[in-house]
Amino acid sequence: MNLLNQAEHFLNERRNFVTRRYFFRQCGVGLGALALASLLKGNDASAATPVDPLAPHAPQFPARAKRIIYLFQAGGPSQLDLFNHCPGLAKYDGQPVPKEIVKDQRYAFIKPDAALFASRFKFARHGQCGAELSEALPHLAGVVDDIAIINSMNTPAFNHAPAQIFMNTGSTVFGRPSMGAWVSYGLGSESRNLPSFVVLSSAGGTSGGSGNWGAGFLPTVYQGVPFRRSGDPILYLTNPPGVTPAMQRRSLDALQQLNQERLGVVGDPEIATRINAFEMAFRMQSSAPELMDIKTESKETLDMYGAVPGESSFANNCLLARRLVERGVRFVQLFHEAWDHHSNVTGGVKNECARTDKPCAALIKDLKQRGLLEDTLVIWGGEFGRTPMVETNKEAGRSEGRDHHPQAFSMWLAGGGIKPGLTLGKTDELGFNIVEDPVPVHDLHATILRLLGFDHTKLIYHFQGRDFRLTDVEGDVVPGLLA
Amino acid sequence: MPFLTPRAVRIGKFFSRAAFAVLCATAAGADLPPPATGAIDFARDVQPILARNCYDCHGAHKHESQLRWDNKQIALQGGEHGPDVIPGKSSESRVIQLVAGQVPDLVMPPKGDRLTAQQIGILRAWIDQGAAWPESASVKAVDPRHHWAFTAPVRPPVPSVKTKKWTRNPIDYFVLARLEAQKLQPSPEADRPTLLRRLSLDLTGLPPTLEEINAFVSDRSPDAYAKEVERLLASPHYGECWARHWLDVARYADSNGYEKDLSRSIWPYRDWVIDAYNRNLPFDQFTVDQLAGDLVPNPTLEEKVATGFLRNSMLNEEGGIDPEQFRNEGIIERMDVLGKAFLGLTLNCCQCHNHKYDPISQKEYYQLFAFLNNDDEPELEVPDTSAQAKRASIEQKIAGLEDQLMSQYDDLPQKMEAWEKDMKAMEGTWIVLDPDTYYASVGTKFAKLDDNSLLATASSPPVSGYTVTAKTSLKGITGFRLEALADPNLPAYGPGRSANGNFVLSEFSVEAAPDVPNAATNPVPLQNATADFSQPGFPVAAAIDGIITNKTGWGVEDLPGRRNRSRQAVFEAKDAVGFEGGTVLKFMLNQSYGGEHTLGRFRISATTAPRPLRADPLTRHAREILALPRAQRTLAQQRELFDSYRLTDARMEEANKKIDEEQSQWPGVPKTLVLAARDQPRPTHIFIRGDWQKAGALVKPGVPSILPPLPKDAPLNRLTLARWMVDKRNPTVARVAVNRIWQEYFGRGLAATVEDFGTQGDPPTNPALLDWLACEFMDSGWDVKHIQRLIAESAAYRQSSVVTPPILERDPYNQLLARGPRVRVDAEIIRDIALSAGGLLDGKVGGPPVYPPIPDGVLSLGYGAPMPWETKSRDRYRRAMYTFVKRSVPYPSLQVFDAPTGETPCPRRIPSDTPLQALTTLNDPVFVEAAQAMALRVWEHGGKDDRARLDYAFELCTGRKPQPKEVATLSSLLHEEDDFFENRTARAVQVASPDAKNPPQDVKLEKVAAWTMVTRVLLNLDETITKE
Repeated sequence: MNLLNQAEHFLNERRNFVTRRYFFRQCGVGLGALALASLLKGNDASAATPVDPLAPHAPQFPARAKRIIYLFQAGGPSQLDLFNHCPGLAKYDGQPVPKEIVKDQRYAFIKPDAALFASRFKFARHGQCGAELSEALPHLAGVVDDIAIINSMNTPAFNHAPAQIFMNTGSTVFGRPSMGAWVSYGLGSESRNLPSFVVLSSAGGTSGGSGNWGAGFLPTVYQGVPFRRSGDPILYLTNPPGVTPAMQRRSLDALQQLNQERLGVVGDPEIATRINAFEMAFRMQSSAPELMDIKTESKETLDMYGAVPGESSFANNCLLARRLVERGVRFVQLFHEAWDHHSNVTGGVKNECARTDKPCAALIKDLKQRGLLEDTLVIWGGEFGRTPMVETNKEAGRSEGRDHHPQAFSMWLAGGGIKPGLTLGKTDELGFNIVEDPVPVHDLHATILRLLGFDHTKLIYHFQGRDFRLTDVEGDVVPGLLA
Repeated sequence: MPFLTPRAVRIGKFFSRAAFAVLCATAAGADLPPPATGAIDFARDVQPILARNCYDCHGAHKHESQLRWDNKQIALQGGEHGPDVIPGKSSESRVIQLVAGQVPDLVMPPKGDRLTAQQIGILRAWIDQGAAWPESASVKAVDPRHHWAFTAPVRPPVPSVKTKKWTRNPIDYFVLARLEAQKLQPSPEADRPTLLRRLSLDLTGLPPTLEEINAFVSDRSPDAYAKEVERLLASPHYGECWARHWLDVARYADSNGYEKDLSRSIWPYRDWVIDAYNRNLPFDQFTVDQLAGDLVPNPTLEEKVATGFLRNSMLNEEGGIDPEQFRNEGIIERMDVLGKAFLGLTLNCCQCHNHKYDPISQKEYYQLFAFLNNDDEPELEVPDTSAQAKRASIEQKIAGLEDQLMSQYDDLPQKMEAWEKDMKAMEGTWIVLDPDTYYASVGTKFAKLDDNSLLATASSPPVSGYTVTAKTSLKGITGFRLEALADPNLPAYGPGRSANGNFVLSEFSVEAAPDVPNAATNPVPLQNATADFSQPGFPVAAAIDGIITNKTGWGVEDLPGRRNRSRQAVFEAKDAVGFEGGTVLKFMLNQSYGGEHTLGRFRISATTAPRPLRADPLTRHAREILALPRAQRTLAQQRELFDSYRLTDARMEEANKKIDEEQSQWPGVPKTLVLAARDQPRPTHIFIRGDWQKAGALVKPGVPSILPPLPKDAPLNRLTLARWMVDKRNPTVARVAVNRIWQEYFGRGLAATVEDFGTQGDPPTNPALLDWLACEFMDSGWDVKHIQRLIAESAAYRQSSVVTPPILERDPYNQLLARGPRVRVDAEIIRDIALSAGGLLDGKVGGPPVYPPIPDGVLSLGYGAPMPWETKSRDRYRRAMYTFVKRSVPYPSLQVFDAPTGETPCPRRIPSDTPLQALTTLNDPVFVEAAQAMALRVWEHGGKDDRARLDYAFELCTGRKPQPKEVATLSSLLHEEDDFFENRTARAVQVASPDAKNPPQDVKLEKVAAWTMVTRVLLNLDETITKE
């Protein structure tokens, strides 16, 4: 058969937007075939316009957010030392946690009767909204009126790899599409010379591995493209030794001519798609290095982020994220795998805040001053939180740490239709369980998709006998988060 | 507010909705809204309410709870919860109670707007008036049990066709009948070069050589094509090519997955699959071996290796996991592969609930699950023939030396009798302690086994400390015994967790306390440590030397071939221990040596026997022999006892040394992951809502009732399941198998959803052909090559793939097969083609995975330290399928072309076409090197002038000669590049040579550089990476 698979997936995609049955009834085989039919009008096959699975398209409803920057704080940041102020914890510091609270919750490392451990950070209210933040976040405090803090996130997974996969794909099972892939599939890309979904990383490699930004069963074209920390930002971006851009162009001209020639003979529109892919690759070869070159930014901007040209850091990545969304990239995800503080959580949080607090705040300010915050959704958070109980283990060399805590943790969101200055959700006084406005991960996903203009139950992909979606079979939009 | 668990909050959130509903109902003045007044017309009044609110889950598409509200019969009869409508009694009808929110925890519809009081009133009135439902307002419901795929295929008659002369075998009759019915003509046969390239790529995954093309083009014999099919089917690369398709489904990978993603050795399974295709193992045996090769009578090594199929599931070794959770997830994953690889059923839909579309219940899912739930997961040694011979020769030599010893001393019978007496006297009485609490200092979790031993699972840290407490009523305890036990679930069978199954016990210490609350504990000083075996340099005494460093301790690594046996150590208590009213003993096992030298499975016993105590030098097995009267012992049993004896006879010291020298020659061999059935099956429960922590009813192994029953009285084990799979009455297995073969030829199965033959899958485009092939497959004795021949030799396959706009419009996906296939080749083949064109490909078949160069920064994208990735000289030229498959960070140039990651079964790849692919084939050093090598090849061997060289180069990539326009484009490029490189020697060296410091000698590099620019273009042609 012809290599029509992209066209076929395009069809699948359009078919899925409206309900499948509707399309079958109304349009026979669907839009893909219509597009094909129109592209084959006349005999001049070489003039065929290929079906581009990344062509931008509108969502189902007017969108509040057009793009996303997701600052993934992998490892599980301690919400109790950053956002969720629990005075009760100070009251019971050092005492065993009551059994009626823990119930049968399993833990990764600590025993369920470990002692409670109060935060060593001071908390204060900030901004017009009066949101509480710990002293570890002095810069975020300066933009607190622009963000919405959720203190009532929860997740079913309490080990890193499954929990990261769950936060990013809506399932603890590997092989599902990541959020960025769903968004690229749903909205296409505004950029004609950069990938739709870009991944940047600082600190360690992630527990979930490439599954965190994978396309799952969606076509590979939607998967996240990890930019490298040094050398070519995109693999194989640089021409082979000795080959200049002019030589590359000569090669491509010959290649495209030959491919056009073949298209004329065999008539397979897939060749037209490949011709386009080569052209985009060529454009990427100049646009990606330009993008990465932050020396062109003003000193004020560099200072605001704490970015240093030539370095690989979370700060540089935040600045790159802004540059990426400016250039039409749909989904930028930063991975900062550094928050797994089983020991010395106080020192660990201090260190990571030193690396991340200023750039996060700078990103908000910068997006805002450029008018981008309005329709750019910024998300900050990890895969789970950390226990109110202390983790101490002499043999393992651990003391004053915190274990994984899935029942209640914190995230923040900003821009893109999020209600600014909000603090949503409450936990009990020990920070153990949620008592008000729980936000399960599927609900967060539903809300994010709503901001992008989707009913999360309608952004679906039919695969292996059923319709799949980011929110699996759950998810409710959290109305309180919407501006 | 009191402490609430999130679950309670969740329910609270839910209840608030239900409560709101009840409130509304109450507001209407009664428990239920009153029935509407006036006569109700079902179609006018009731059906719109049902359609709007119920059909999504209980309509044509989904039948939640096996209930449909669009079909009269099913609706009035009720689903799995019984009748929902009691005509005449609306308040007692379950449907009314559900929509009114009167049933705890459940309200209908569960999401979206609730029914209004008025709507409920209409439903009530309809029921009260007798629930009349005209047949005309009922959708015809098709019983899913009558779905095409659930009836065994019956060989259909070959249809008659008009244009008989086009047909070559029965496949063509089925295809042509379809075309003729649509008034379509098949395409003409593709030209010979195209045909041979297509066939070679399909059967071996490699392009034909120019010699092969020329030979075929000039072979005018009538069976020229059939000869090519046979030649390619006999090629060792045939097995590679088809194994790779199977390995996609089998989710083969060389690492464990999840966060740690450590390496595993399972490539012998991969090689078994290659070999199975090459020797044309019938598909029924292929199936049985993979599912139950260990259980067939007298299994061979190969049959055991085949069970690696199920072991390909991922393994989570992250610190702090619950191992039982991930063991269950592994089985759930194996269920998925069973469904996708063999049955063509989305079984995994039933993990949490009954299948929503297909007639498979959740209970039936767990009955299948029960077949897979009973295995140990060992590593198996896989010696090749030379290692087998070497081992046999060592065993023989040692037996010879022993025979000599046994006949050398006249007094041996007396000596041995005395020794046996000593041994019998030495057997102490040990009370196995029942561990009360047990934990490791970091990561590792323990499973307590029936014999009170502890098995370390999950994370395997480099060093660890184990703490075990046990209560005992013994008094006067004189010593403790630590047994380190071999176990199939440990590396190399243990007893330790290092790669070769060793451990080092740095320090063993004991504390005792009276069994009363808050009692003070006291250390129990130990003395006189003995062991049945201590590794040289790691004496057991070092385990109680008070030195906790990584230097000293008890280790048990014996000579190769004698490792991985259970060992024991005995420690005397200096002062007898045991309190009135019971004693709590606390054992601390420090293991600081490093390199995962920790205990894998162990148990602790105590004794009150009088000191001195000694570790028993005899194994349990030897003791059993010892218990037999001497006359009853077999020769082998005598020899086993003698093995222990000779170590105690001073006269034999020299001979023992010789034996050890022989033993130390024992060759190490690769290992592979296999299954081994446990003696005692695990109980399998239904997991309520799929949650392994919520065990429901106990189930027995069984198969879905929609499929044929198991043979009566067959044992309920994997072997029975495997044989049942390939029972000819099984309706899906043969169809699924031939359909997937078809997919690899035509880019799409006859049923496109090759993994889902259920009611949600795509129906076959040519059902009769699928059934004919399935029957032919089974009747041929599941002969895979027979099906390959049929397809490859059919006229349908041999058509030209050129497509015209009208045909493309009429049949965009080529479902009618009015043309041949045109498909981009798979990721691995793209690379193999480039290496072939460059003359670089190393055709070696099988062996351990290889590590071709990988870009910096790729391996560090995963958590933890990057794995060692050592590129050996030939690694870069091996076929891409041998590249180490690391699940968390796939090899970039394969992943970018849609190769699966091995995280989940991949029955069909979804091809994509992206700029990143273009960058890969343009700039990846592997492809650049192929272009350079190809340029040199073209320059040196391509002919006497550039025109001849162009033909040669073009043909290396596409299998055909270029057309005039193509020649013009390429000549012009070549001239431009020639001009450019003239007088630019340094640049030419850079471009033409993979190693600028060692450029090819005795060749005009300016010319090779110009050609490199041309060959690079050719390697990037759409046609080069496409099967036309």
